[in-house]
Amino acid sequence: MRKVAVVGAGMTRFVRRAQETPKELSFLATKMALESCEMTLDDIEAVCLGTAPDAFDGIHMNGEYLSDGAGGWNKPYMRSYVGGGTGVFVPIQGWYHVASGLFDVVLVVAEEKMSSFYPHAQAAFLTIFDHTTERALKPNLLWIFALEMNRYMTTYGIAKEDIARVSVQHKHNAANHPCALLGDKDITVEDVLNSEVLAWPVQRFDVSPVSDGAVAIVLAAEHVAKRLTDKPVWIEGVGWNLDTAYWANRDLVYPRYVEYAARQAYEMAGIKEPRKEIHIVEPYDPFDYKALHHLEGLQLADRGKAVDLYINGTAAPDGNMPVCPSGGLLGVGNPISAAGLMKIAELFWQLRGEAGARQVPGSPKRGLAQAWGDLMQVGTVVIMGR
Amino acid sequence: MTLLERDRNAPQAWHGNLPVTSRYTYGLAGERFFRAIKDEGKLLGTYCPQCERTYVPATLFCERCLSQLDEWVDVGTTGEVLTFTLLYENVDGSRRELPEIVAFVRFGDGGIVHRLGRVVPENVEIGLQVEAVFKDPEDREGSILDIVYFKPVE
Amino acid sequence: MTVKIKEFPGTPLHEGDFRDGNILFCHDELKADFAWDTGIGIGKYLAGLKEGVIYGSLCSTCRKIVVPPRTVCEWCFRPMDEYIPLQDTGTVNTFSLCYVTWDVRRIKEPELPAVIQLDGASTLESGPIMGGIMHKLGEVIPEEIHIGMRVQAVWKPPEEREGSITDILYFKPIG
Repeated sequence: MRKVAVVGAGMTRFVRRAQETPKELSFLATKMALESCEMTLDDIEAVCLGTAPDAFDGIHMNGEYLSDGAGGWNKPYMRSYVGGGTGVFVPIQGWYHVASGLFDVVLVVAEEKMSSFYPHAQAAFLTIFDHTTERALKPNLLWIFALEMNRYMTTYGIAKEDIARVSVQHKHNAANHPCALLGDKDITVEDVLNSEVLAWPVQRFDVSPVSDGAVAIVLAAEHVAKRLTDKPVWIEGVGWNLDTAYWANRDLVYPRYVEYAARQAYEMAGIKEPRKEIHIVEPYDPFDYKALHHLEGLQLADRGKAVDLYINGTAAPDGNMPVCPSGGLLGVGNPISAAGLMKIAELFWQLRGEAGARQVPGSPKRGLAQAWGDLMQVGTVVIMGR
Repeated sequence: MTLLERDRNAPQAWHGNLPVTSRYTYGLAGERFFRAIKDEGKLLGTYCPQCERTYVPATLFCERCLSQLDEWVDVGTTGEVLTFTLLYENVDGSRRELPEIVAFVRFGDGGIVHRLGRVVPENVEIGLQVEAVFKDPEDREGSILDIVYFKPVE
Repeated sequence: MTVKIKEFPGTPLHEGDFRDGNILFCHDELKADFAWDTGIGIGKYLAGLKEGVIYGSLCSTCRKIVVPPRTVCEWCFRPMDEYIPLQDTGTVNTFSLCYVTWDVRRIKEPELPAVIQLDGASTLESGPIMGGIMHKLGEVIPEEIHIGMRVQAVWKPPEEREGSITDILYFKPIG
């Protein structure tokens, strides 16, 4: 398999309600990504796009409908979707397009416009529950997170005050991200604990908001990457895994599917001691406890102990293993497919020293991005390095 | 073998629906395109000088070279019927006595799909020149339905 | 970040923009009605619920009993062996107090969703898979709910049952 590098990236702001259509959002991110590595659409040989289900936009074949905005005209084009895991899955898809030898330069785009669902995108999530055995109970998305958070917190005896540190840390980080929706350098643990209870134990500031946005990256094979830039960021490992959709049959306290995806990626990257060899990690954090949950699945913390990383400063931007220097979903926003790719773009900028005010000190060499999707059963992992 | 047979007391089907309600914005280009229809009764396109193509309805970017387009063109309200069809069934499957005539009307290098009116099916042919008939200004909302139909040019 | 870029694209709107007519928009609604086949496994599950019985299914190779019942074991990929009637009592595996409905309305009295591990099905002691279902709790003071609480199903009267998960109204604490 050939070596593949990320050579360019671009993104739009993540906003609550964008004026741009989905096509225009994809276009704005794509244009920025191409300009960042001085390429034109003619240089792109194939396009991979990730976007949420057609039901959210009310448009059939949503991925194909968006294709022109993602430069897909007259090109080999593929759309994929694995829930929130899409943002880290679609670069894996782009990776194997290039690694297989079939293409040398591939554009990867992830786009989301959730505000079209009216009046509130939350109602669309009714459809992820089983139509016969679960929807009759009128569940909502908050249930599954609240149920999982309760199980996790109670099993390990982790206090809400400590979990709230995750939300505070990420929102502080996001204050330095120009595209962030919820960056806030002044928020405190008290603010989180005093926020409205939505579905106990989940409170308003524990949740990332729905947003609109798009992100694009350019992948190139080794010989092309070396010509284009002296700082290519290599994709060193990929992994993806799926657990059972009968989610009430699983123990919600630990995400096995994230572990299996991570092991696949670590093996490919030749990483034997992840805690020593991964310098920056961007786990998926739609809720604050999820970042902890995933850090354990990624083998970067002992079970029940991920919160210590926040208490002892390891996870801070100037700590030993910064977590979500971008500000994550809690700070930047959560357009379902685009959020994961935002983490990949963040690692791209961090590893090249181009992250501006968010730059993690010490010339980090290796980063890991992880995303998670659907009824809590998809795990996707990408490891990048210089 | 028991697990491959249906239980005769089981309900055969479970009913449900997909509750999807949407509110769409028209986008940066669409906003200007529909405002022109609403406020001025005009159809606008955007021109790409590199590819020498005029996109109608107007788009923000050229899909062939991905440049951002900022040259707006008034493409008039008269166009040629590139193709058409006669619909004898409604959306719910019921039969229509008189067919609805739907056509693709060429504007610039793109065009608009809409209904034809004030014409009988026998007189519709490819190449027919048609012009847009708009609603009265105070009734327009900034929608494709602000054009009531296209009718043959006298 | 492309540290040179100061302004990132994306035009945020507010609800006021729609109300005040600053922005043009249109509404649409999807009309999609479905009649899903209940299938063999779930069909049996629903038929059982109508009779007041919760069924699970047994895979004797994996020695697991899971619910809802299915025709194929997803771990060894062999057909499941038989339907097993479970008890309608169980243990709360996790729960929540939810103050927001599925269509985002706030409510005063919380809904009490829970995952209940049913008696008679596999438990986490035997491996990572357990026989649990999602349902709601009722007849309980929210502050008194705890993980590990023993609960019992409260059924609709037989003549009102339809063959649906809602034939169980909720689970209430035992004793």
